[in-house]
Amino acid sequence: MTNLLIEMTERARVLGVPLSVQLDLTYRCNERCVHCYLDHDDHGEMTTAEIKHLLDEMAEAGVFILTLSGGEIFLRKDFFEILEHARRLMFCVKLKTNGILIREREAARIRDLGIESIQISIYSYRPEVHDAITLVPGSLKRSLTAIRFLKSQGLRVIVANVLMAENMQDYTGVRALATEMGVECTIDPTITPMMDGNRSTLNLGVRDAALREVFRDPELVGDVDEFCAIPAPAGESDLEATPCSAGHTACYVSPYGDLFPCVQFPLPTGNVRKQRFEDIWRHSERMNEVRSIRIKDLTTCTQCTHVSNCTRCPGLAFMEGNMRGPSSLDCEKSFARTGVASANMLAKKRSGANLVQIRAFPDLAAATA
Amino acid sequence: MSRLFVARNPRVAARSLDGEMMIMSGRDSTLFTLNRTATILWQAADGRTPLDEIVQTRICAEFDVTPAEALQDAETLARDLASHEILQVSEQPIQSTSLPSEGSR
Repeated sequence: MTNLLIEMTERARVLGVPLSVQLDLTYRCNERCVHCYLDHDDHGEMTTAEIKHLLDEMAEAGVFILTLSGGEIFLRKDFFEILEHARRLMFCVKLKTNGILIREREAARIRDLGIESIQISIYSYRPEVHDAITLVPGSLKRSLTAIRFLKSQGLRVIVANVLMAENMQDYTGVRALATEMGVECTIDPTITPMMDGNRSTLNLGVRDAALREVFRDPELVGDVDEFCAIPAPAGESDLEATPCSAGHTACYVSPYGDLFPCVQFPLPTGNVRKQRFEDIWRHSERMNEVRSIRIKDLTTCTQCTHVSNCTRCPGLAFMEGNMRGPSSLDCEKSFARTGVASANMLAKKRSGANLVQIRAFPDLAAATA
Repeated sequence: MSRLFVARNPRVAARSLDGEMMIMSGRDSTLFTLNRTATILWQAADGRTPLDEIVQTRICAEFDVTPAEALQDAETLARDLASHEILQVSEQPIQSTSLPSEGSR
């Protein structure tokens, strides 16, 4: 983020303006990625008119950065109508797609509409690995073709490489491919539970030694010593800080009009089909509860060595059962980075020790046998 | 002396935050913020109203400044914004395009 954007985001936070919104246009998709957290059936997506009306309300509320995502956004037949409306309202539009449906014609239309960037998921430079993740044969070839079309139009393209155990060996190759194509590349080892709470997808993620290896690659993290250093103790300002932008300057709207603090924070706060966007944003009790939380209010985490620079995601903590609690996935990241266990990990270890103690009553077991 | 016309570049993204415009360049995604005077100019830049009229009716009405001085400053500002592809400047009225048309949000 540039300094000016940081400054404007801070102003938006103070003013309570939702500067940035992700709007998923559909959960339908033409890929079936093994780690995806969505259910791909259509349970009643917003109509074109409803989405346009929502965009009007969001512009009125001060939303500047609009990320259109899904599902696969190009599966909506009205996609370009929605995009044109968004640009007419002068949103800074970012797109997330797999690119499979983008050909020269679509790339040219996207260029004409002046979008800020388009992010395309690439899991590997090898078709056998990428296609095994998307479960669509030929998908890597089609996504790369789309990138070339978009790049030839002068668009800013970002390759998003989600790291999992299955593709973890390939990120260097993906980065090299991105460089060769003249596009940016982001790498993210975060896998999220499914929106219905199913956590089975987490088993696909990069853990333990593999995660440590990723965090020690200077190509990814820059100064390894600095990145992996044990953080300084939290000061007063760290404890007074808010956990992240969710509910403060950012939120998420599902294809069904449900408004959440973030795409990774499935706490419904209202529905834009029934209430004005800004009314939910400003007055929803749940949104205000999320907004009220400061780092000092977190259970467990306030006692943690990592509290001043943890990547703790409040949404992942919520999915674990407590929006003020720790996010174990982020504890693992802090541990992989520094080698120091988090307060949450230590507490779990202690409760594990208690269980050993409970088992140590052979006489009682013998007496009841 | 010929009159200047100014129009918002349809390729930028823009939003008002607390009375100041945030503008993201369509050329390279650079973010700009406009001060109050520049914001007034941006909001009035419809491609049809001459710059001197914008200065007279919008800027001089709000600031304690002479029309000649204000017009000179406004011309400099408009050309500076045009160099960043935020505004279009022409000696002829500028046709509106089908894209961004609302500068006042």
